[in-house]
Amino acid sequence: MKQFFNELYFELKKNRGAMIGIVIIILSVIIALLAPVIAPHNPTEVFSESLRLPPSFIEGGKTGFFFGTDDIGRDILSRLIYGSRISLAVGFSVVILALFTGTLLGVFAGFYGGLVDRVIMRLTDLIMSLPSILFAIVIVAVLGPGITNAIIAVAVVAVPNFIRIIRAQVLVEKNKQYVSAAKLFGAGNFRIMFVEILPNCMAPLIVQASLGFSDGILNVAALGFLGLGAQAPMSEWGTMLSDARSFIESSPWMVTLPGLCILITVLSFNLLGDGLRDALDPRLKKQN
Amino acid sequence: MKFFLKKFLDLIPTLLGISLICFFIIRLIPGDPVLNLVGERGVDPVRYAEMKHNLGLDLPIIQQFWFFVKNACMGNLGTSIVSNNSVWAEFIERFPATFELGMFSLFFATIIGIPLGIYAALKRNSFFDYFLMGTSLIGYSMPIFWWGLILILLFSVKLGLTPVSGRIELTYDIPVMTGLYLIDTLQSEVVKAEGFAPFWSAIKHLILPSIALGTIPLAVIARMTRSSMLEVLGEDYIRTARAKGMGKTRIVYIHALRNALVPIVTTLALLFGSIITGAILTETIFSWPGIGKWIVQSITSRDYPVIQGGVLIISFIIIMTNIIVDVIYYFLNPKMR
Repeated sequence: MKQFFNELYFELKKNRGAMIGIVIIILSVIIALLAPVIAPHNPTEVFSESLRLPPSFIEGGKTGFFFGTDDIGRDILSRLIYGSRISLAVGFSVVILALFTGTLLGVFAGFYGGLVDRVIMRLTDLIMSLPSILFAIVIVAVLGPGITNAIIAVAVVAVPNFIRIIRAQVLVEKNKQYVSAAKLFGAGNFRIMFVEILPNCMAPLIVQASLGFSDGILNVAALGFLGLGAQAPMSEWGTMLSDARSFIESSPWMVTLPGLCILITVLSFNLLGDGLRDALDPRLKKQN
Repeated sequence: MKFFLKKFLDLIPTLLGISLICFFIIRLIPGDPVLNLVGERGVDPVRYAEMKHNLGLDLPIIQQFWFFVKNACMGNLGTSIVSNNSVWAEFIERFPATFELGMFSLFFATIIGIPLGIYAALKRNSFFDYFLMGTSLIGYSMPIFWWGLILILLFSVKLGLTPVSGRIELTYDIPVMTGLYLIDTLQSEVVKAEGFAPFWSAIKHLILPSIALGTIPLAVIARMTRSSMLEVLGEDYIRTARAKGMGKTRIVYIHALRNALVPIVTTLALLFGSIITGAILTETIFSWPGIGKWIVQSITSRDYPVIQGGVLIISFIIIMTNIIVDVIYYFLNPKMR
């Protein structure tokens, strides 16, 4: 296992894009963890005498508010910093939920085959035939808007990707000799599935996890923008954007900054995901 | 033939599942479905029982589902609580707007994406190649709900080039023929009365939303074209063609491109689903009166029949498109036969 990660790191170091991605991700994790220390103000604190101030480096801005303030006088920089907490937490929860469910179902589908496989694959077909946001809208319509429900919705949409990847890998692995050897030694099905086969499916899983992270952040932000995700006082980036929409002409900084944060975060995970894919899958590397 | 039969048999459980999901939307929402459906405007018991009977909610659940499917097959998807119009009529009214926007943005993405991808493949590892691949990854990561706002900020607010919202200037009264404004504004009576001004107005209104909606497809198409071209250019028959002394243009555009197009066409069709997702966001930003805005509004106004019917129709369209893609793929790719 340790050797696997060492080799992975060695391959990744050669890929400039992936390294940029990693650096941005590490930075945003640090920002998220240290949010209370770095943020100049409380993200929900209202400065009623300074509404919609422009950033401090533009004419009319105040020094205390580096990126200006929003329509009810909250410091935008502080809200963005706290927003990184929410986005990373969202991405993490989506990936963990989808990874866990997807791996379980994918391993079962691949290992048992037959009816189990058919039922699980029909289910993935079903979810995949609905566009992600539409499916999320269905779930939110039933469960009601809110960040938790948005995360659940987005995770459900992400599960099929994990199922398909794991299943395909298990189908290859289960006919290898080490599996037959384990069977001869009298290992049970669960041991074979999760102790013998699963560790050999790591490579595609890691790639998908990284790409799932960016998808998760993007989709939950989109739901927040539509008013179906995180609700009002929360400093989630998508929600901030939807609040800022009506001030696009008078206070463009309110619109520009949260979206830029979403873009940079999503981009960094996509860069990492692309790099991981190139490093782990030599066949794909040749093509791209 | 067996291939098509299998495809259609695979379709049945998916369609059944989709209808089951839509069927349960109304029944799983907390609260009384009848009250959810007629609104909480105070319903007297007689009317309540009548409603319950009309909606078939007093029947066993299996029978309810059967009626739901039967009605859906006949185009009867219930009535909107907000407007009292039938869901199907509301959908038909809005669909052309989304169709026009979607097609225009896919067109935009294709005519720019394919040439860029080809060029990048031919100039492999050049500065342009790296630049294009970097930009396309940014495009791919783009939160389009923000991108749309930025486009408005740049082109409408700062430069005043394009309108901010809607499909056409409100002063024009265009008789509905196809519902596609690019066609309707060219009807002879319109041209006689207003000249080509309405047509240009419609185009101007289409530009920004199409760029916003087309950005992710553009990035995907450019990347796909590049990798597909690279793969094809490495094949033996290209080397043979070169060895025969064939011109470069002919090799690239006739021999390589034709074979590289197969995966590109598939990608294009797979983008259909993401176009609909994108349309939901783009239409909200640009107040585009299509099905995306319709669905989002139905959520905020708790118009459950519209949510139910809308989701059913949209997923049906997507499933059908995927089937059509499979068929096209079958004919394009001789290896499948």
